Amino acid sequence: MAALAAALFAIGTYLLLQRKLSRIIVGLALLSHGANVLFVNAGRRGIPPLIGSGDPADFADPMPQALVLTAIVISFGTTALLLALAYRSWLLTNDDEVADDVEDRMVGARGHGDDVEVTDETMLIDEAEAREQESAAATTTVAPTTAATTTVANPTGEWST
Amino acid sequence: MIGLVALHAVFGTIGLACGDRLGRRCLLLGAIAPAATFVWLIVQLGEVFDGIAVVQSVEWVPALGLNVDMRLDGFAALMVALVAGIGVLVYGYAAVYFPTGRVDLGRLAALLTFFAGSMVGLVLSDNLIVLYGFWELTAVTSFLLIGNAHTDGRARAAALQALLVTSAGALAMLVGFVVLGQAAGTYRISELLSDPPSGTAVEIALGLILVGAFTKSAQYPTFRWLPGAMVAPTPVSAYLHSATMVNAGVYLIARLSPAFADVAWWRPVVVSVGLYTMLDAGMRAMRQTDLKLLLAMSTVSQLGLMVAVFGLGTEISVTAGCELLLAHALAKAAAFMVVGILDHQHGTRDIRLLPRPTSGWGLTTAVTFVTAASMAGIPLVLGFIAKEEVLEAFDEAPGWAAPVALVAVVVGSAFSVAYSIRFAMGAVGRMNGRGSAFTADLSHGPPPTLFVAPAVVLSMITVVTGVVPGVLDTLIDAAASSLDPAVRDVHLEIWHGVNQPLVWSVTAIAAGAVMYLRRERVDVWLVRLQPSPVSSSTTYRSSLRGLNSAANRVTGVVQSGSLPIYLGVILLTAALVPGLLLVSGEWWPDSVEVVGTPVHAVIAAVILGGALAAAAVRRRFTAALFLGVVGYAMAGLFVIQGAPDLALTQVAIESLTTVLFVLVLRRLPDRFESVTPLWRRGLRVALAGAVGVTVFGLAMSAGSERPTTPASDTMVERSYPDGNGRNVVNVILVDFRGYDTLGEITVLTAVAIGTVALARAGRRPSTTGAPAASDSGGYGTAPPPLQVSRLVTLEVSTRVVFVIVMVGSLYLLFAGHNQPGGGFVGGIVAGAAVALLYINGGITEVRRLSRGQPWLVLGAGLLIATVTAVVPLLFGGSLLEGAAYTLDPPLLGEIKLTSAQAFDAGVYLVVVGLVLMMFESFGDDPPLSDAAPDRDPAHLESSRSETRVS
Repeated sequence: MAALAAALFAIGTYLLLQRKLSRIIVGLALLSHGANVLFVNAGRRGIPPLIGSGDPADFADPMPQALVLTAIVISFGTTALLLALAYRSWLLTNDDEVADDVEDRMVGARGHGDDVEVTDETMLIDEAEAREQESAAATTTVAPTTAATTTVANPTGEWST
Repeated sequence: MIGLVALHAVFGTIGLACGDRLGRRCLLLGAIAPAATFVWLIVQLGEVFDGIAVVQSVEWVPALGLNVDMRLDGFAALMVALVAGIGVLVYGYAAVYFPTGRVDLGRLAALLTFFAGSMVGLVLSDNLIVLYGFWELTAVTSFLLIGNAHTDGRARAAALQALLVTSAGALAMLVGFVVLGQAAGTYRISELLSDPPSGTAVEIALGLILVGAFTKSAQYPTFRWLPGAMVAPTPVSAYLHSATMVNAGVYLIARLSPAFADVAWWRPVVVSVGLYTMLDAGMRAMRQTDLKLLLAMSTVSQLGLMVAVFGLGTEISVTAGCELLLAHALAKAAAFMVVGILDHQHGTRDIRLLPRPTSGWGLTTAVTFVTAASMAGIPLVLGFIAKEEVLEAFDEAPGWAAPVALVAVVVGSAFSVAYSIRFAMGAVGRMNGRGSAFTADLSHGPPPTLFVAPAVVLSMITVVTGVVPGVLDTLIDAAASSLDPAVRDVHLEIWHGVNQPLVWSVTAIAAGAVMYLRRERVDVWLVRLQPSPVSSSTTYRSSLRGLNSAANRVTGVVQSGSLPIYLGVILLTAALVPGLLLVSGEWWPDSVEVVGTPVHAVIAAVILGGALAAAAVRRRFTAALFLGVVGYAMAGLFVIQGAPDLALTQVAIESLTTVLFVLVLRRLPDRFESVTPLWRRGLRVALAGAVGVTVFGLAMSAGSERPTTPASDTMVERSYPDGNGRNVVNVILVDFRGYDTLGEITVLTAVAIGTVALARAGRRPSTTGAPAASDSGGYGTAPPPLQVSRLVTLEVSTRVVFVIVMVGSLYLLFAGHNQPGGGFVGGIVAGAAVALLYINGGITEVRRLSRGQPWLVLGAGLLIATVTAVVPLLFGGSLLEGAAYTLDPPLLGEIKLTSAQAFDAGVYLVVVGLVLMMFESFGDDPPLSDAAPDRDPAHLESSRSETRVS
């Protein structure tokens, strides 16, 4: 039984690594079958756990059964959702191939350049520093007419800086 | 004390909510909280001066030993006095400074209130973690205030720099706090300082805490953010970036220093960082022409001196530090106010442009000279008293390096004398060039008295305490002795006689005056010494860039965008980590049951064959069918294992899945057409093998040992008495583990909605159809009723079978509590009945069943289940508590109704709704139901039985 579960896992994994969504779905379904085998196998084998139908000592373990029942229904939900994805993929591209994420690729490609936004902001700091350098480098004897261009009186009454 | 902080928060929120409507009055509103704090402080002063700390503690997270501890002692009182007192004055000042029509005034006032509250909280907190919280709050409010002019990129960049630098330091500090708190066994600052821990961990913690303190107080090399922060409105600069927030780092060093100054490296590191900052920033200040930047650099310089003095950690240095802190805050706030007045009235703060004061400027000029004198340490103002004390502290400091430090302090003081003269002369127009471009008509004339008043108040305190320093005795004594209990009887005097500090003081003043007079020559030297007045901003910028591109590169590697790679990495981890553990462990079973019964072997062979075939075939459809084979074989396996419920569910689900596959796969190409390179296929096989081997190992080792009694034994026992059901599996599902099931049907509902959304969104009926759509007759504006005639026998038999199957599904639902069956199985069988309808009449027939609103069925199911789960709560029970009622109607015999059955009915409806939604998703639109029959295996039968009516 363990070998069966292992085989289901292996085949499921193999299918999961494909690019066709329908194969991925099949792979996922096989994986969940494998998990269910593991679960059921973990419990005791016996007669159906219906009270009154026999000695409780002969009952099959009900706990994994309840868990697996939940698992079956949930994996049906997963399959349905993935099928809907495949359907959507068909609506858009007429195929169910999972292509590489273009955005992700772009992020990867951008790694060698500067982030646009940061460059902008730091340029502003550069500018502020250049002004300050000018301000600091200028001694008191510098002709004030040139300095006048750096600070302009603001007639609107906005003195916040 | 917590109430005070809350008061600030309340008034801040009020200010945010209605500040804009109040106009300038919102500044008065904002002043209420600091004013109340000040009054509260005066009330408490009596106790504080007696050396008794006011303490308040509220449990916050008792499990973590985290309390909001507040403590008002002498030093905290000094800080609160500065924060609240200067706060009130700044509000008054801002009320004149800002023009009436300014739109963001409400927000500004509210942010200032928030800041004041955070700062009060910071100095009052007696818990390291609480202190850290307030510390970060001041950083955030400072960020918002610097970036107040948020449309200006320069302001945004400066705000970001201030936030990043101080927060990075604060994070290091937090780590330090945690290490320190763990080493000391308490996070209470007062306890920690009275019994300081020691050891390597503590020393590392102190180093990290110093990083936080240095960044906050703009010490070298992280001082760059402070001059950048000068883009904030001047009242903000006067308050945050000269008098209060930047003192937070100094505050922390002052608190820690007496306890930890004996750590070997503490004094050398703190004092040299402080003094280096003092000298470096002092030289930079001497070259500024923008008065605000001059003051910013002088603030950095003075902070450096404060750090150095407190860093000494001796009794006299603690007293000197307290005096210097007070003197600096008073002088610097007033100086900033003066710059704001000049800027406001003349429209410039460039010393090359500012004109000489005319009549009406007398008060401002007086304030200018008083503050400059205090900054320079000229006698008869508070700055002189403080500087004397500082020089004395360094004069008496222990260690061989003390003379070096003393010389550095004297040189730094000479710098501050020089830049203070520069500030004063620049402010009164003695530095402007001949024929200045400034014209009088740009000026708004002398400032109103009210505008200068706050600065006058500060200057008067500076002068009074400078002439009669004795009035400060109690305050400084309380502050210093709360830092270092060894401090006794502080007495401030203006004249100590001719002693060492006085000589140094006079030397510094003389040297500073000479440097000012010979400024042109000094400038040449300064340029040689500091070719660029800026430096560490470049480091900040390049590290920011480096961080960004590193993040991009990491993202590029980690996030390749390829699904197989992602899954491969996950699965490889899943295979390797437990796999390696298995190999190293001793979990292997002694004996293994290879095969249970011969039937097991047969079923296993079928499952394996089906799975292999599903993986190997190159046609989508065949793969789906083989998957079905595996599913049905699984049902067989469940039967032998003694799980009839599972078998039933599996069969029903498998049928439904197959129908769904058919509905979707008919759209997709028949065959898989991708060609994958051999190496990639080999990789897949290898990974699949690894996963398989690991799972095998796991299964073997897990099966080998079961030390505890299975929980299911109790469940079997309690099933009938507690759950009123004989079918243990069903009782587990709807009763013992009902919460799980509730969650599960919620997931199913979400899946149903998601599926419909994915499949129906953007569906274009006219284009998704085959050519037949065009001649389906009148389709376009409104779809006509589908006009197809069907075989009567099929029609009738479908109806009959549908009814029978539905009745059967209901039986499964109600019997499920005692017999194999239940809501899931019943629902899925009903779903199969719906599939039958679909085959016969297409989506129209299915829609007729639920009047086209399958989501109602779905929602009703979820509602019933939830209500059943919640109702017991109303009667004082627990969630999902079961109840049973025995009915005894005539003829039918005794019927036992349980609440679990109602819950199960909800499950049933959700599953039926889900199936209806699936058909709604993947089923054809009415005119298309008979289109392209060759691509439509599900419709083979129906299309064969239909004849189109034209």
